[in-house]
Amino acid sequence: MANGMICYMLKLEEIEKLAKLARLEIPAEEKETLRKEVGEILEYIGQIQKLSPQEPPKEAGIIHNVFCDDKGPHQTGEFTDALLANAPDREDGYIKVKKIL
Amino acid sequence: MKIDLENLTIKKAHNALLRKEFSARELVENYLAEIEKKNPALNAYLEVFGDVLEQAGAADEKIKKGDTSLLTGIPFAIKDNILIKGRRAGAASRILENYVAPYDATAIKKLKEAGAIFLGRANMDEFAMGSSTENSAYGVTKNPHDETRVAGGSSGGSAAAVAADLALAALGSDTGGSVRQPASFCGLVGLKPTYGAVSRSGLMAMGSSLDQIGPLAKNVEDAEIIFNAICGQDLMDSTTISEKTYPAGSLPEKFIVGVPRDFLGEGVAPEVLKNFEAGLKKLEQAGVEIRDIELPNIRYSLPVYYIIMPAEISSNLARFDGVKFGAKISGSNLLEDYLKTRGQLFGKEARRRIILGTYVLSAGYYDAYYNKAIAVRKMIADDLKKVFDSGVNAIATPTTPSPAFKIGEKINDPLQMYLADIFTVTANIAGIPAISIPSGFTESADKKLPLSLQLQASWGREDILFEIGKKFEKI
Repeated sequence: MANGMICYMLKLEEIEKLAKLARLEIPAEEKETLRKEVGEILEYIGQIQKLSPQEPPKEAGIIHNVFCDDKGPHQTGEFTDALLANAPDREDGYIKVKKIL
Repeated sequence: MKIDLENLTIKKAHNALLRKEFSARELVENYLAEIEKKNPALNAYLEVFGDVLEQAGAADEKIKKGDTSLLTGIPFAIKDNILIKGRRAGAASRILENYVAPYDATAIKKLKEAGAIFLGRANMDEFAMGSSTENSAYGVTKNPHDETRVAGGSSGGSAAAVAADLALAALGSDTGGSVRQPASFCGLVGLKPTYGAVSRSGLMAMGSSLDQIGPLAKNVEDAEIIFNAICGQDLMDSTTISEKTYPAGSLPEKFIVGVPRDFLGEGVAPEVLKNFEAGLKKLEQAGVEIRDIELPNIRYSLPVYYIIMPAEISSNLARFDGVKFGAKISGSNLLEDYLKTRGQLFGKEARRRIILGTYVLSAGYYDAYYNKAIAVRKMIADDLKKVFDSGVNAIATPTTPSPAFKIGEKINDPLQMYLADIFTVTANIAGIPAISIPSGFTESADKKLPLSLQLQASWGREDILFEIGKKFEKI
């Protein structure tokens, strides 16, 4: 599966590392399939390696403030219930998670 | 009262509503009856809303008062990744089980103001990732033209709903072809607007630099009516464009349509090529000049897309962690909560793309993949600009390399599935508008399968697509 200097097949440990970084628990039986599929996709998208495009200049466009003006705020708590209603665990107007430290 | 839904368009329905030939209530009753009859087999809708008759009643009130727009009383199917306040929305994913939208998407707000009716939420590939709606956590949507085949994706439910007369029109979202490809498979018109033309506020993000909400409709005029109703600059989406962003031009006396011939051989079904050539002839009959053009880097659109899109997905889907919304699988500590919730509630394709995106963004590969893809993206956009600057008004290709494929045919070969997007991703990569228009049928085992022509125009020039599209439809 090598194309030039790049080998697109990942090792199983690499898939495991990526899954850990992405906070995904991958079932053991799926890892090998995933390794093969991701390798094939990487080989396909690797075809852009042969291009040597000019790095596009960094463009900022017209600079303008994309944030809403800080005026006319809504009442504190106006949307709290609607938003918290979607959280799986909550307590006293807070989202509840397991201890972090 | 029985209404001829098959031949109904938005314009016709609007006129009939105003002339009191039927009421909005009678119209939705006709659609609800069709849904009841056909949806169990097609699986186009994940949910039919319980208040459709009330919505129709409100539309009838508006009509009575004379307070109408073209969309008042028009029944829509809405893709499950577009938020309607107070209703379930789930992007056909188990990770959003029980999620209720706390606000309206801007496009929805505009449709509501116009008096449109929402029949229900339409099935899709999970988080809009796929070309067949087979990645839905709630089962595949079948193609109304042949139920052994896919309706396309990711807006497959929206497409099947309109094609089977379970809605008069629909909203979908298009990140790499997800409106145009299912429209093509189901024989409808599908529009991917210029990036920034329609607000993405309230659309669940997949690839934020690529996503656009677009209409699926029965003809070009209907698609245009919906586009005009939902487009416009929006404070809630800083990437939306104003009327001044791209220079408006006049429409030419004679349209020039360019054909990138070098790009049209490999991997395209012979019946698609034959139909495409016939389509070009029809355009010529309509007075359009056909010109061969070169787009040297267009062949890199798909690889570029499959770098940028998963990169953006891996970032956008980081928000689904079992903490803020949706479903959760509890582990023995917080890290396990994340691992289990995301690992078990995201489907296979979502997990695959998150892994791929994490890879192309990881230290050591970032320059080789992501940065390079960004540079090639610019090359592709430059090629297009050159062609449009040379006087070409639109670029024609088939929408898809094959007609609708069989359910199950590509599901275990992701790369083959990705190749279904070969002609559509370019418009998302460059941010230009593109439309898919039915161009006839091919026959397969006694079933007639729709084929389509895709037209792409310069930034902000949806008007050109509508004009050429209407000429094409007439012949």
